[in-house]
Amino acid sequence: MMSERQPIIQARDVHFHYTPGRPVLKGITLDLGPGATAIVGQNGAGKSTFVRLLNGLLKPVEGQVLVAGVDTRQMTVAQLARTVGLVFQNPSDQLFKSRVLDEVMFGPLNLGFSAQEARERAEAALAELGLEGLEARNPYDLGLAERKLVTVASVLAMGTPVIILDEPTIAQDQVGVRQLGAIVDRLARAGRTVITITHDMEFVARHFQRVLVFQDGRVLADDTAEAIFAQPELLAAAGLQAPPITRLGQALGLPATVLTVEAFVEAVRAGEG
Amino acid sequence: MAVIEVENLRYRYPRQERLALDGITFTVEPGEFIGVIGPNLAGKSTLCQALVGLVPHFYKGAIGGQVRVAGLDVHRSTVAEVSRRAGLVFQNPFTQISGAKLTVYEEVAFGLEHAGVPREEMRRRIDEALRLLGLEAVKDQSPFALSGGQMQRLAIASVLAMEPEVLILDEPTSQLDPAGTEEVFEAVTALCRRGMAVVMAEHKVDRLAEHADRILVLHQGRQIAYGPPRQVFARENVAALGVAVPAVTQAAKALGWVLEDGTYPVTLAEAVAVGQARRGGR
Repeated sequence: MMSERQPIIQARDVHFHYTPGRPVLKGITLDLGPGATAIVGQNGAGKSTFVRLLNGLLKPVEGQVLVAGVDTRQMTVAQLARTVGLVFQNPSDQLFKSRVLDEVMFGPLNLGFSAQEARERAEAALAELGLEGLEARNPYDLGLAERKLVTVASVLAMGTPVIILDEPTIAQDQVGVRQLGAIVDRLARAGRTVITITHDMEFVARHFQRVLVFQDGRVLADDTAEAIFAQPELLAAAGLQAPPITRLGQALGLPATVLTVEAFVEAVRAGEG
Repeated sequence: MAVIEVENLRYRYPRQERLALDGITFTVEPGEFIGVIGPNLAGKSTLCQALVGLVPHFYKGAIGGQVRVAGLDVHRSTVAEVSRRAGLVFQNPFTQISGAKLTVYEEVAFGLEHAGVPREEMRRRIDEALRLLGLEAVKDQSPFALSGGQMQRLAIASVLAMEPEVLILDEPTSQLDPAGTEEVFEAVTALCRRGMAVVMAEHKVDRLAEHADRILVLHQGRQIAYGPPRQVFARENVAALGVAVPAVTQAAKALGWVLEDGTYPVTLAEAVAVGQARRGGR
């Protein structure tokens, strides 16, 4: 009996290779649903390949990916784009319009929104990323950090239930990272499914409830951020370390795993009180 | 004697009103590792380009003040002259790698061939650069078959083989995973121990706090601070301007875990030591 709604994304024993004999994904089974999920792991672990299977850019060699219950093999990339929005790691793979505003309006227009609606959505997305005033600029005249934020705005403006961000914090300064974190928080609170690949463990610790550790084409661990960062050996096996503040808490023998500076300060004060 | 001397450097890109660099003054000794931090548009990349002469010779614009690198007056030398003594590693290794070479070994040879370095000397330099960057095992592979960390180390090796006295790196770890990032920092630290001066623009302040001898803080083209990491990260104006400060330092400040010299811990090891003393002494 189906008592719960099915997860919006279901991966079932997914295998993938670009070249036969060189497997990139070696059997991934998991569900993804509302909230913020981080995918971490070393370069080459299969993270970016996996998310490209979720929006149908790639199809599994074996196994299947179901999006809203439908096998991605039965859907076109254009159909999937209504459900799954993907922000690429490299903005040059994504940007192609000569004005920032046109770039961000492109997705909503393609989904069938009117020009007026598309414009409103684009302007709201640009504002949320602190990009007001850049509407008329050419994306290629912007620095890498701003170009990346434009690609995030483009996908946000589409309002898809699933948003995938591949390495959003690259080249961002503290302000940019905080803006992206606030967006992840807002989307997760609104019940959207946010999936983010990142090497920034502080970003993961602060904004993500669930963490998937990828290693060599497999899921090595799938748990809460607290549980993952409490396991130094597991992290080491995947070439990772918990954020410094978490390791400081561990070294000082704090009773619980702390994920942020604020939690650390609070835990130390509680111990002193 | 200082191998980099920058005095009151001011620079404006063509058709811009704002100064990209405004009154930058610092010196670097051989063997020192300098981290350059600050928000985007602070001038970090521009400063990197100014140290190798791309600013102003390639980008043009208006320049003032003085930049001396390895004895050369950069403003009065050609980029070719400066590049023999100061190497620049770009943010994205794809920008650096020639794409014309089939193996890692040949890629490292590329610059040397152009500089007309004799064959035996070339072999020696390539072998050494590959060894220092830990790339011997992949020397026969295609540059494009490498991982991100390996590719960034290849970009550094190619610059290193030119045997510059000064190595400039512009956000070299931004595309790398944590292990790849650590590889780059370890490699750079090893080069400094051999006497090379290194200047690295970077957002990862906790890694810089571990490895750098001094930190230069830029904000909107101005120099906010220059000094050892503990002193720089203890300064109130640094955090106030939105410059990232290591998480352990933020925690230590909030808890008043001050060191004897009035600074705060900036590395994990320092913070553990202070924390244990505080909590043990309860």
